[in-house]
Amino acid sequence: MWKFLHKLASPPHFYRIAENMLPWFAFPGLLLVGYGVYAGLFLAPPDYQQGDAFRIIYVHVPAAYLSMMAYMIMAISAGIGLIWRMKLAHAVSAAAAPLGAWFTFLALATGSIWGRPMWGTWWEWGDPRLTSELVLLFLYLGYMALRNAIEDTTKADRASAVLALVGAVNVPIIHFSVEWWSSLHQGPTLVKKGGPAMDTAMLYPLLAMIFGFTLLFGALLLRRVRTEVLYRERRKRWVRDMILASTGGSK
Amino acid sequence: MSALSMGSYGAYVWGCFALTAAVLVICEWRARKRHKIVYRDIEVRVKALGDTE
Repeated sequence: MWKFLHKLASPPHFYRIAENMLPWFAFPGLLLVGYGVYAGLFLAPPDYQQGDAFRIIYVHVPAAYLSMMAYMIMAISAGIGLIWRMKLAHAVSAAAAPLGAWFTFLALATGSIWGRPMWGTWWEWGDPRLTSELVLLFLYLGYMALRNAIEDTTKADRASAVLALVGAVNVPIIHFSVEWWSSLHQGPTLVKKGGPAMDTAMLYPLLAMIFGFTLLFGALLLRRVRTEVLYRERRKRWVRDMILASTGGSK
Repeated sequence: MSALSMGSYGAYVWGCFALTAAVLVICEWRARKRHKIVYRDIEVRVKALGDTE
């Protein structure tokens, strides 16, 4: 196991293996999302309180869950890179940030659109869930701005890793905000004592969307990490050899 | 028709699904574009080095 992980952490090996892994994430992800969209929009019954507006849950929940998961991936890999100086870990961290920012934007936007007919407002500044999710978006943007501001990759890795680790404190705040403080946002639906508070006709499409989005996120992350690895290793011999081999040149 | 109107919430529901699809397409497109740019830059540099060697 350790031997496999050690080999996987090698940039040339990762670059090659990630290309082969991509379809294994992308195609099942697309199938699950396809089923989730169809079942969520057309098969699941309307909610007894929210009517058809509840169907926004099928895109809002996966986006919100991935916005936090992407941050955890970013912070954990930044920590690994900082402690063990693993090059690939910093590449993962840098690649996860833009994806996390997009999914956070999506969670905020779909939540706001859902809030308009249900709460009568697009946004509520005093709400802890909404505000802490917005802080998450600013953390992603700050992380990316910090990376871009420092030209030296090693220094940028270290500085942004510290920011990523400090900002990780916001993730449990987002998750538990609806339990700790009074909020417009509804409480946990899936992860709660006594099991999910949903009928299976509504639950299965949601689970399909969550797993499908996770796989698609995995595919996007793999693609971005490959690019990050290629950029960081651009002066290495294996990159030169690979490019010469692909263009039919000699070494 | 009822699927389109979504019980008068059609604009909100379809708007959210359309936005999600757009974000996923943008993420994929940007990831591919960035890889192509990085790869091409390295390719040009490697070829230039090869010509001078």
